[in-house]
Amino acid sequence: MTVRDPTPVPEHPSLEEVYEATPFSEAFWTYVNYIILNIFGWFRDFLRRTRIENRKGSAEYNPSGFVPLYQSYESFYTRNVYQRIADCFNRPIGGVPGGKLDLMERVTEDYNWSFNFTGNKITTINLGSYNYLGFANNNGPIADNVIESIKENGLATASSTQEFGNLKQHRKLESLVAQFLGTEDAIAFGMGFATNALNISSLCGKGCLILSDELNHTSLVLGARLSGAVIKVYKHNDMKHLERLLRDSIVSGQPRTHRPWQKILIIVEGVYSMEGSLCKLPELIELKKKYRAYLYLDEAHSIGAMGSRGRGVVDYWKCDVNDVDVLMGTFTKSFAAAGGYIAGKKELIDHIRINSHACAYAISMSPPVVEQIISVLNLLIDDDETREGRKRINQLAWNTRYFRQRLSKMGFIVYGHPHSPVVPALLYSPSKIAAFNREMLKRGVSVVTVGFPATPLVLGRVRFCLSASHTKEMLDDVLKYAEEVGDLLNMRQSKLNPKKPFHETELIAH
Amino acid sequence: MGSSMTRGDIESLATDFYDLLESFKHAPFYHISFEIFLVLAVIWLVFFRKPRAIEKKLTEREKQELIDEWQPEPLVPPVDPNHPALNVRVLDGIVGKTVEIDGKKSLNFATFNFLNFVGNSRISEKAIQAVQKYGVGSCGPRGFYGTIDIHLELEERLAKFFNCEEGIIYSYGFSTIASIIPAYSKRNDILFVDEGVHYAIQKGVEASRSHVKWFKHNDIQDLERLLAEQEVLDKKNPKKARTIRRFLIIEGLYVNYGDICPLPRMVELKYKYKYRIFIDESVSFGTIGQTGRGVTEYYDIDRQKIDLISSSLEYSIGSIGGFAVGSSFVVDHQRLSAQGYCFSASLPPLLAAAAIEALNIMEEQSTPLFETIMSKSKRLHKKLLSIKGYSVMGDEISPLKHLRLANALNTIGRLEEIVQFAQTRDITITVARYLTDEHLLPEPSIRLILNVEMTDEELEFLCTVLQEALVKVTS
Repeated sequence: MTVRDPTPVPEHPSLEEVYEATPFSEAFWTYVNYIILNIFGWFRDFLRRTRIENRKGSAEYNPSGFVPLYQSYESFYTRNVYQRIADCFNRPIGGVPGGKLDLMERVTEDYNWSFNFTGNKITTINLGSYNYLGFANNNGPIADNVIESIKENGLATASSTQEFGNLKQHRKLESLVAQFLGTEDAIAFGMGFATNALNISSLCGKGCLILSDELNHTSLVLGARLSGAVIKVYKHNDMKHLERLLRDSIVSGQPRTHRPWQKILIIVEGVYSMEGSLCKLPELIELKKKYRAYLYLDEAHSIGAMGSRGRGVVDYWKCDVNDVDVLMGTFTKSFAAAGGYIAGKKELIDHIRINSHACAYAISMSPPVVEQIISVLNLLIDDDETREGRKRINQLAWNTRYFRQRLSKMGFIVYGHPHSPVVPALLYSPSKIAAFNREMLKRGVSVVTVGFPATPLVLGRVRFCLSASHTKEMLDDVLKYAEEVGDLLNMRQSKLNPKKPFHETELIAH
Repeated sequence: MGSSMTRGDIESLATDFYDLLESFKHAPFYHISFEIFLVLAVIWLVFFRKPRAIEKKLTEREKQELIDEWQPEPLVPPVDPNHPALNVRVLDGIVGKTVEIDGKKSLNFATFNFLNFVGNSRISEKAIQAVQKYGVGSCGPRGFYGTIDIHLELEERLAKFFNCEEGIIYSYGFSTIASIIPAYSKRNDILFVDEGVHYAIQKGVEASRSHVKWFKHNDIQDLERLLAEQEVLDKKNPKKARTIRRFLIIEGLYVNYGDICPLPRMVELKYKYKYRIFIDESVSFGTIGQTGRGVTEYYDIDRQKIDLISSSLEYSIGSIGGFAVGSSFVVDHQRLSAQGYCFSASLPPLLAAAAIEALNIMEEQSTPLFETIMSKSKRLHKKLLSIKGYSVMGDEISPLKHLRLANALNTIGRLEEIVQFAQTRDITITVARYLTDEHLLPEPSIRLILNVEMTDEELEFLCTVLQEALVKVTS
């Protein structure tokens, strides 16, 4: 891994995010696209129902008389839109999800209803995995530590944290996480999704109010629902709307009884994975102090990836970590492991230890996974510029700025914050989602393209996930291919950055 | 704008007015009295009726006052520093048949390590090979390059082991059943759930927002009663009944009770009342049945009749994660609808490799291994029954048993004393931990778990220590 620019990149945390308006022609043709798909969908469903066409997929085993397990209209979208482009998703890999990926080649004889493996492996540049700091590795000192840990501590404890699932390693991990983030204490869990879904109910219950950003992840929405609190959603990153909601809610109290709220919790994410945007942390902290609310920050994608020291958005915005009441994050993305954590004051963590569903019932984290995180944390805590941790953070920051600037200059409509390593470029229509994915794969790049329902109907996109393990050469190749495919699909339609060819977009300054 | 009125206009106005007065004179009496009444009514409405209080909108100043006055509760309530969750024992090394606490080794009857696969060298070797091939994390959800060939292999192996069409794996045991139930059962549907199911199932049921009908633990009569009641409602409204899905959610072997569900009768009722059966075999997989295939094997029931079997890789298999097996028709739906599958990173490959090797061992050792664990469970059960003063809950072939003090002596305090005493004699046992908001909080108990490699002497030693503890606590 070579570092282009070894000095830390200067930061301008006040940079604005730009969301270019959808070109009218794109919106129009996208709707036409959906209409055509719907018409074909109805027609094919009709053929299937009248048995003119054989129904693919499996059938119910139970005798008749049972209420159908699935309503046919619920899976209309799956059968008629998703199935056509199913080869773009769930692609199996055969090796480390690092900077380069070994995809297992698969072919389909029946239009994506079933796949067969040819046995070949295709090596591609990997812009799809969440490997921000490039720690996904099967050799090296960290892998050696992991192997040692398997021999010393086994693979699992088969007991919950409240019973006998605590090893010395788990305690070490928790104190390292607290040290890394600068909080009093921390607690770790085996799954990031479950960390949100199972712990929000220990913080809020009936009589509380949760103010949740529009684009929050499913785990946050599920956690909020399970808690039983009243949930109000505010427009994405719209601080004025949030303030209005806060004022109106405090004034009118709980619905119907008008009793005052027990507490108000604002739930935001550090980096939003589909938009690439950052939360506006300084304004959020100001609002929460003004109205005495509590702030829950989910740093799944930003921990390790944002901030000059890799400590996440709190580091990036240069805020005080004690102003955020609950810091949550996952170990899956920047640490190349699995699991999640919650950090904050000691009382908070003690309360979670006693009341969390995960602590009482779920099996504690697997020791080799814990060792992987400990090894990565040891590297990242080290503030020395010449050491591995800082080099990777700087490399990621450089890659982010480089890639984003050149991509925008080439005329792609790119969303998100200029410093976020998640780079969505807009495709709009479902056909382009499939086409971009397949064309890039032909050229040896694996990307993630998403459409409805993960994004709004018209705003299908390709989401590049940058990594510190990408070299400048890899990024240049990707950009060149993107230029080709972008022309093929007529994607380079930005009016703010009228399209320039690749060689003219050479980076001059940050 | 002045309108000039001509003399003719004034004259016609006067004429009209005169005509009006004349018409009054000629009108019938009832007409005039009615008109007078109306006029009086209007005067009363306008001047004399008490106005209804209209709520005035709050002024900005009042709103600001309310905002300034509002004080939230602290984020978390004060914590009891003596709570057992804050004073857990920290272990060192492999949590296998023996555990090391504070430098001393003790026999482990507390962790869910039924087949003693934790620390097994064959399994560890395969996991090490997986690290050398794949690294540790999978860095993505299944939909976006997080599907690794080893996941597909594990799913196939699990499906083959159970002789089902398809399998699906999850990266966390708790989330498995908690994600499966809401994927199939929605707001309109009905869930018949045993009261004694464990917490993860309760959370899954809550997340589904369906109508829940709890029946008494393992009580078939109660279940039949609920089903009959529902049938009556269905007959009243057959059109609606045709859109309501019904599910029966049970466990093979209940974690909170140690007893086995009465599956044959439930399968009979399935065809009578037309519901689908989802069994959670977290504990019964790898412990019950001649070849470890769970309650369906124990009762010799055709697995095709069960719609979905979900289980955990964290108990007998000694890895991390969970899985579900069934027909493709049922299981495939989860790949797009189960939240814990779609929106979460996939299982680290080393843990999947460990699970495959554990399955290999289970298949190689097969009947001898499972007959051993069932017979040892029976022996332990007999030994425990012979200690006066304890009541033992659980089936005799179940390797998981709940031990309680007889009569009113059964308190958490006394059970904790027993646990502490046992630790001083190098036996590790645990009080079963629950959260207070369980649907049906079980009585305090010590959850004893049998490891298949415990020898008869060790089981005898356990009973001796339990006897001594009883004496100490009740004196």
